[in-house]
Amino acid sequence: MSSKMHFLTDGLVKNNPTFVLVLGMCPTLATTTSAMNGLEMGLATMFVLILSNIVISLIAPVVPDKVHIPVYIVVIATFVTLLELLMKAYVPDIYATLGLFIPLIVVNCIVLGRAEAFANKNGIGASALDGVGVGLGFTLSLTVIGLVRELLGSGSAFGYKLLPGDGILAFVLAPGAFIVIGYLMVLFNKYLKK
Amino acid sequence: MEYLLIIISAIFVNNILLAQFLGICPFLGVSNKLSTATGMSGAVCFVITLATVVTWLIDKYLLVHFGITYLRTIAFILVIAALVQMVEIVLKKVSPSLYQALGIFLPLITTNCAVLGVALSVVQKDMPLGQATVYALATAIGWGVAMILFAGLREQLAGNDVPKAFKGLPIALITAGIMALAFLGFTGIGN
Repeated sequence: MSSKMHFLTDGLVKNNPTFVLVLGMCPTLATTTSAMNGLEMGLATMFVLILSNIVISLIAPVVPDKVHIPVYIVVIATFVTLLELLMKAYVPDIYATLGLFIPLIVVNCIVLGRAEAFANKNGIGASALDGVGVGLGFTLSLTVIGLVRELLGSGSAFGYKLLPGDGILAFVLAPGAFIVIGYLMVLFNKYLKK
Repeated sequence: MEYLLIIISAIFVNNILLAQFLGICPFLGVSNKLSTATGMSGAVCFVITLATVVTWLIDKYLLVHFGITYLRTIAFILVIAALVQMVEIVLKKVSPSLYQALGIFLPLITTNCAVLGVALSVVQKDMPLGQATVYALATAIGWGVAMILFAGLREQLAGNDVPKAFKGLPIALITAGIMALAFLGFTGIGN
């Protein structure tokens, strides 16, 4: 079992989708206006990632090589549609906040990237674990970015007021997203990347 | 007048790259050289406009007509992928010189979320076809403007001595942030 654990932990630091692979930057920049939004977007992506990894690892041996990309995209789009319908039904508030970026999980390069690089040559168990690991890495990055932006932009964390004052609005707006991710990437390069 | 407002708002105020965060991957990926950035912008303008018109028609006359709008995401991504392939084939036959210039960028555009993003947002906002076309073209031009400006900045940056941990993407992201700050100055125009 311990031999398989590294599939789970690789995604957190070594193959971190945001800071190392730099994939899926659109939702990373757009939805991290607060820690909660980042967390929700991360979990939504993880849902699609795990299910599409499982299905693709199962069908990969029978899919002809020439059409594998369109087939994978249809599989991913199916789970994204499923997620959209579930979210609209049970958590309409979250669906409204994340908006366009839920259907856009289809073109998130992380999902297709894991299908191409991992799920199509590994078994179902490893692929599921890989989906969980990379999904957790993505969720963690988004939550941290959201936390920093929320703290600087409005002085609160997960909606709880921590710092006095109104904060610097620019960090919640578009420029803050680029700047916070840029500086977090610097810290990551300096202290975590070996 | 109405169209003029849409154009100004889409290019400057709600710039797709710097305010809406769509199409960031190619923005960071192929913005190292000004010439490639210009080529990519041309290809993206063409594909976004074409894809928006085609998906608008499919949405109105197929999906809405038969009440299957929940299939929008799947239908649109397949249409866009097929369209990009077709553009590639047609361009190769009709204008080999243009194909030479844009060729390598075309396959990359399928995964550019700006294309799917614009196509989805015009149908979600219930825009009529004329307005949707103008909006798509203006948004695409806005993407190109930001892309070309950014590539120009990065070309200058490449020759400078940047601290090791900042090298490559981190400094590019911070530069983009400062550019977004400048674009924030357009807020309020046209509303």
